[in-house]
Amino acid sequence: MFGFISRRIAMALVVMFVVALISFLLFRFVGDPVNQMVGIETTPEQREALRQRLGLNDPVLVQFFRYVLGAIQFDFGNSYQFKQPVADLIGRRLPATLELSFASAIFALLLGIPMGVYTGLNRDSWLSKMFLSVSLVGISLPTFFIGILFIFFFSVTLQWLPSFGRGEVVALGSFWDTGFLTISGLKAIILPAITLGLYQMTLIMRLIRAEMLEVMRTDHIKFARARGLPNRSVYYIHALKNTMVPVITITGLQLGSIIAFAIITETVFQWPGMGILFLQAVQNVDIPIMAAYLLLTAFIFVFINLIVDILYVVIDPRLRTERGRA
Amino acid sequence: MSILDIRGLTVQFPSRKDVFTASRNVNLSVDAGKILGVVGESGAGKSTVGNAVIGLLENPGRIAEGEIHLDGQRIDNLAAESMRKLRGKRIGMIFQDPLTSLDPLQTIEFQLVETIRLHLPLSKSEARAHAVDLLDQVGIPNPEERIAQYPHQFSGGMRQRVVIALALCADPEVVIADEPTTALDVSIQAQILKLMKRLCEEKNVAMVVITHDMGVIADLTDHVAVMYRGDLVEYGESKQVLGAPKHPYTQSLIAAVPRPDVKVHRFPQVDYIEGSAKPFKQIDISTHWLGKARDYKSVDGPLLDVKDITMKFLTKDAWISKNRQYFTALDKVSFDIHAGETFGLVGESGSGKSTMARVITGLYHPAGGTAHFAGQELTSLKDKKQVLSMRRQMQMIFQDPFSSLNSRMRVRDIVAEPIKFHKLASTNSEVNQIVDDLLEHVGLGVAAAAKFPHEFSGGQRQRISIARALATRPRFLVCDEPTSALDVSIQAQILNLLKDLQDELGLTMLFISHDLAVIRQMCNRTGVMRHGQLLEVADTEELFDSPKHAYTKELLSLMPSMDGLSRQNLEEELA
Repeated sequence: MFGFISRRIAMALVVMFVVALISFLLFRFVGDPVNQMVGIETTPEQREALRQRLGLNDPVLVQFFRYVLGAIQFDFGNSYQFKQPVADLIGRRLPATLELSFASAIFALLLGIPMGVYTGLNRDSWLSKMFLSVSLVGISLPTFFIGILFIFFFSVTLQWLPSFGRGEVVALGSFWDTGFLTISGLKAIILPAITLGLYQMTLIMRLIRAEMLEVMRTDHIKFARARGLPNRSVYYIHALKNTMVPVITITGLQLGSIIAFAIITETVFQWPGMGILFLQAVQNVDIPIMAAYLLLTAFIFVFINLIVDILYVVIDPRLRTERGRA
Repeated sequence: MSILDIRGLTVQFPSRKDVFTASRNVNLSVDAGKILGVVGESGAGKSTVGNAVIGLLENPGRIAEGEIHLDGQRIDNLAAESMRKLRGKRIGMIFQDPLTSLDPLQTIEFQLVETIRLHLPLSKSEARAHAVDLLDQVGIPNPEERIAQYPHQFSGGMRQRVVIALALCADPEVVIADEPTTALDVSIQAQILKLMKRLCEEKNVAMVVITHDMGVIADLTDHVAVMYRGDLVEYGESKQVLGAPKHPYTQSLIAAVPRPDVKVHRFPQVDYIEGSAKPFKQIDISTHWLGKARDYKSVDGPLLDVKDITMKFLTKDAWISKNRQYFTALDKVSFDIHAGETFGLVGESGSGKSTMARVITGLYHPAGGTAHFAGQELTSLKDKKQVLSMRRQMQMIFQDPFSSLNSRMRVRDIVAEPIKFHKLASTNSEVNQIVDDLLEHVGLGVAAAAKFPHEFSGGQRQRISIARALATRPRFLVCDEPTSALDVSIQAQILNLLKDLQDELGLTMLFISHDLAVIRQMCNRTGVMRHGQLLEVADTEELFDSPKHAYTKELLSLMPSMDGLSRQNLEEELA
């Protein structure tokens, strides 16, 4: 087990190194950073001095090494537009995005799994058919449209929930502002979380349904029934666990994309998270932010994949290292 | 008073168009401590009877008529919940495939304790002790230690023992075993049958054994019921039914079982079966494309000469080469096959017989050794043209007729593909003519060409495989368990077809099987394999009459056979 995890971590490091290389190359090839930083009146001498100060005249390898060294210490340079350290900018907005993603993942799992199990077991009931067709709507409408619909219905017409922002936040330590501890914060997260999680919920539901249908046909389920096990134990102990491996794969990848690509939802609900920061960075060619965002996204995916790999082994004993067959 | 009593059972599967009757007016009964065999070919409705008893008919199946009584109590009309409480507690069930009958993600202990505590009022630790005791009874060594393991850590035979332990958890009165040994090797099969017989006597259980294997019936059962297309055609004491069958179906079924004791020239067909392949248009092979232009040079000495072939599979990879671990699938295997003969390879699963077939046909590259085919070294062939010519001369027929044909291609395209690929015919109309002739010759008829594989039964699909193999005009056929997925009656037809083709075309065959009786009927010479080693090679007759190697003797003695019954009779007469 230890060997397995350390091998996975080594592979994750290789991936991160390659991503760092790509994000470093952004600086070299996407426009000249000096042009972005100075005005038109700057003389060539001043520009050269700035180059020297920023280390842009050093050999590429030295620059890359410096970049990686900085990244390890969370130093991603200064934003061109805000003239502030990128790490601070992202750090201030990361909690908002993480809380939103967490809430929407919980929503997707808590609803998606039971709905998947139900529709898998009761193929022909009208409730299953309703779940399936409603979820089809959920999966085919674009996120921004669902968001706008929600705002129109729940915020404008019914006036139950706020249409934008995070509500009141409470500071936890110096790094984390949470919206989970105030009523207005909790109210504010409902609509964006559902909007963001709807697609994942549908996906999880359909995946579990398909897997359940498959597993229920297997011999060991038939044998479990022949031993007289009650439905509850057949469904939730023997069947559901056997559907988990593909579900975990997809859920892991989806969780990554929820965190990394919450941009649209954040824009619709004016959620002060990383997505909006990233959009502004793209509009203003703020390369340090884009590069750091790239690294962060890659890190999230690699980290989740590591967790998924470990979960596989926890769930499926056949993947554990062979201790010798009998 | 019999424990299980089935009266006039009719099971139907209504579909949108009509109603399919899977079993019709079946009357059976079993006493405590006795074993009833239900035998028949696929589609006979034997599993349906078992599923009806335990109340697990697949949707939309239902009991249309008849009653099932368990120890005097009627159970076929019980509510779902009371029926569930009966399952496992009073009626146990054993399934065919031990590899898939257990939940792969839970330990043996979890599954045993869960079932025991469901039926018996025991605490967790008492249930565990009971589970260990059960594992010990079914013959699992070190039960204390092994109970904590997962199913994949057990071998097939051991898993079937666990399945039996699970079925016997709550001391049921009736146990239904649906093909309990079909997926197992002969030696394991013999052990499991013995175990079942012992448990049946010790625990005074009434057992219903559903099987297609006459040998199992002969070895194990007291009474036997023969089913054909949903009807019970014959029912009586095993000795009497097997020894002097009355119904014509039973007679032909018993006749079709390959005999391990005598070699016959052709297999007796089950003539009772409708729709058995009648020879369609017979082709005069000598003037036909198939026989013509077989421009193979005759060879001096053996056609195939295999020397010291070794094959290893990587089981554990490592960066340092000495840390890598290998499984030796073939260990210096040497034999030769002469032109026109059929060479048999026999052995249990994992003995390396299929690996050998794949090495010869070039699907695997051996780690060492040489194989000469018609004087040409096979293992080091590099030139693409030579490889192709070699592939054309050798064709393979696989075991599973369901997965060896591309389900999205029409039969015509399946059979034509090798002809076109090897450019053996010049025009499309010529190709079509050849395909038609081939399909006629293997007994399918021209009409088959336009259909897809799923429209055929297992035996017919195997005929398609044979037609496809013949399409390159090969001189060497490798048959890897060609009939082990088929019913006996179909098996007889396919083996006869292979024999005929061999006579007509002068084919040389490598015939791989685990079934000694089939080997005896098909092969001139036979090699016995175990753990990747070739233990003994001899003329087939000699091998059966006076085996030299201890393992061969063991294999021969373990065969459940019709012979066993006559032996049983003999013993009783002597006593």
